[in-house]
Amino acid sequence: MRGQAVPTTTTEAPVFDLTREHFLRDMRRLAETPAPVWLKKLRMDGETLFAGTAFPHTKMEEWRETNLAPLVETPYYSMTGLPRHTLAGFDTAPCRVDGWINLVFVDGFFDAAVSDASLLPYGAHAGSLAQAMTGPAEKIVQKHLGSCLGKRSAYTALNTAFIQDGPFLYVPQGVELDRPVNFICIATERQENVAAHYRGLFVLDAMARATVAVTCISMGAGGNHFDNVVEEVVIGDGAALTRCEIIDAGATGRRLCTTETRQGRDSRLESFSITLGGAIVRNQLCVMLDGPGAEAHLNGLYLNAEAGLVDNNLHLTHAATNCTSRIAYKGVLDGTSRSVFTGRVLVVPHAQKTDSVQLNNNLILSDTARVETRPQLEIYADDVKCTHGATVGPPPPEIVFYFRSRGVDEKTARGMLTYGFAEDLAGRIPDPALRQKVDGIIYRRFSPGING
Amino acid sequence: MLEISNLHASIAGKEILKGINFSVKEGEVHAIMGPNGSGKSTLAQVLAGHEAYDVDLEKSRVTFLGQDLLDLPAEERARLGLFLAFQYPVEIPGISNSYFLQAAMNEIRKSRGLDELDAMDFDELLQEKMKMVEIDPGFASRAVNAGFSGGEKKRNEILQLAVLEPRLAILDETDSGLDIDALRIVSEGVNRLRSPNRAFILVTHYQRLLDYIVPDFVHVLYKGRIVKSGGRELALELEEKGYDWIRTEEDAGAPV
Ligand SMILES: Nc1ncnc2c1ncn2[C@@H]1O[C@H](COP(=O)(O)OP(=O)(O)OP(=O)(O)O)[C@@H](O)[C@H]1O
Ligand SMILES: [Mg+2]
Repeated sequence: MRGQAVPTTTTEAPVFDLTREHFLRDMRRLAETPAPVWLKKLRMDGETLFAGTAFPHTKMEEWRETNLAPLVETPYYSMTGLPRHTLAGFDTAPCRVDGWINLVFVDGFFDAAVSDASLLPYGAHAGSLAQAMTGPAEKIVQKHLGSCLGKRSAYTALNTAFIQDGPFLYVPQGVELDRPVNFICIATERQENVAAHYRGLFVLDAMARATVAVTCISMGAGGNHFDNVVEEVVIGDGAALTRCEIIDAGATGRRLCTTETRQGRDSRLESFSITLGGAIVRNQLCVMLDGPGAEAHLNGLYLNAEAGLVDNNLHLTHAATNCTSRIAYKGVLDGTSRSVFTGRVLVVPHAQKTDSVQLNNNLILSDTARVETRPQLEIYADDVKCTHGATVGPPPPEIVFYFRSRGVDEKTARGMLTYGFAEDLAGRIPDPALRQKVDGIIYRRFSPGING
Repeated sequence: MLEISNLHASIAGKEILKGINFSVKEGEVHAIMGPNGSGKSTLAQVLAGHEAYDVDLEKSRVTFLGQDLLDLPAEERARLGLFLAFQYPVEIPGISNSYFLQAAMNEIRKSRGLDELDAMDFDELLQEKMKMVEIDPGFASRAVNAGFSGGEKKRNEILQLAVLEPRLAILDETDSGLDIDALRIVSEGVNRLRSPNRAFILVTHYQRLLDYIVPDFVHVLYKGRIVKSGGRELALELEEKGYDWIRTEEDAGAPV
């Protein structure tokens, strides 16, 4: 059977065979380790799909503006054969949120030694997928893992083939977490080009409530690491999830993340995606509004400093009546950085009374930064309210002049304006501790010359 | 403190100011009146340093407190003590009134070699000034002018004036759009700020403002020139006769 998984018909140039071969070799290594039968099967499905799927390239509509060539051309070592690193003195304090349960992952694997004890209400779990899969939560994991994920790309299939560990959260019916959970994912510095295939699973049963954050950071400048992440999020009927992701892959780190979310009747998702840096960062967020009255608020902020590429790729499906979606993504671009924003909203024929608003605003601080913004509405129902809007430009000159007429020079004015532009989004984060933390990051980043 | 001589300025190739002459001494209040489109806002913006206007530097000369004003960028004019209350104040989403004003105040203080005010000291000062212009304390944390009514924006300009304490304040139609209470508050604010070393230029269409703030001089601007100057009685005369009086007088002598 194994032999069939080896690619015989691929459409890419031979140069990528080495990349593929590296991954397949590490899959074989992983297959030798013990795992539950269902998991081995799930991985095998991923491997088969990976073997038959071309790597993304710019001739594919979905990847037209996002050139992954540097990533595809790098043969990576997956974390199956390499020795695990410890944090060795690396200070995780800046990633922690006071009063939260902070759980630390290093290169894709849970590190209990530097994590908080996860004291949760009875029946709730927060921690490591690896532990959940082989412990009392196995049935929950088995039921949900792989249930949301569509056939997105070779990389999501690759992730499934490598499922080992990642953030795990389960909140049973009617339970509200008394404290938020912060999953901290750290990439260590390594000689090799390392890929970490994080697999996250977040399940809220009916009427459950939780707030979670995922904070990703790399030690050193970002090194050669590649985080290949898939997260599945199941929000049951009447449940509410607030989710915040803070990504800093450093100047050279790469990250592809696909988050698949399925929402039940009258459920609510409040999502914040904050990207602070990275050479290539793609945040794909797919939301399926599957039950009547479901609501999704998707907020995003990307602050591209030098030469990075940030691609926010949203797929939102209104599959039931009376659902509401609000997409608000904001970006600040400097240097030669690039942003790609795609907001695809699909309203299926019976999803009447859909209410959807989409905004993408970009503040451009240099002449060489570039923004691609693509709202894509596909509406097959007739009784719907769907709007979209986008802005791209430098700080308005009339506003800059207003500052100058008050004695504030242009540079300071632009800093303050940028801070205000970004802070506006951070200010919507409901949890005060997290809001303060994000606000602090933005403030330091644009350092307006004034005593706070 | 301000001497303007033969000021010529144009925008988009169109000459708007065609040789303005007048000077303002410390402690004086000058009113500038004139029909729509005569160039009043242009004059105010040019003095504040707006770069969209092309000033004819060959002909024009403006000194402020002994310095060549036309040489200075807008922020340095402000630091020197020039203030413009805008006819149409812009909205600045995401930046609170207090944050904005604290930054402005500290930039001005820094340029004068003074210590910056910290948030607490500044807040105290701001609250005091807000009381003076009868602005609700809640406005301190609201984004600058964002969603403010027309009258609130104008009052906010006067608040900034009160906080920044400039040497020369130019008020471009700050009275327009104000109800009678707001007009009283704004005028009282200005009167309280009148002092022997501070001057005002009031751009207005209405005599009623000049009932509250009594000017020392009134100038009439028409088609980019000051065509009449006088005392406060000139404003009364204008109110009575309307601008047609100026128009017929001027246009009779002007080439068609
Ligand atoms: N950006 C611009 N481009 C072209 N023309 C302009 C521009 N700004 C102003 N003008 C013109 O300059 C002239 C003077 O305008 P200004 O705003 O100074 O008049 P004003 O005396 O302040 O009028 P109002 O009483 O209506 O406020 C007008 O004819 C106006 O149309
Ligand atoms: Mg005007």
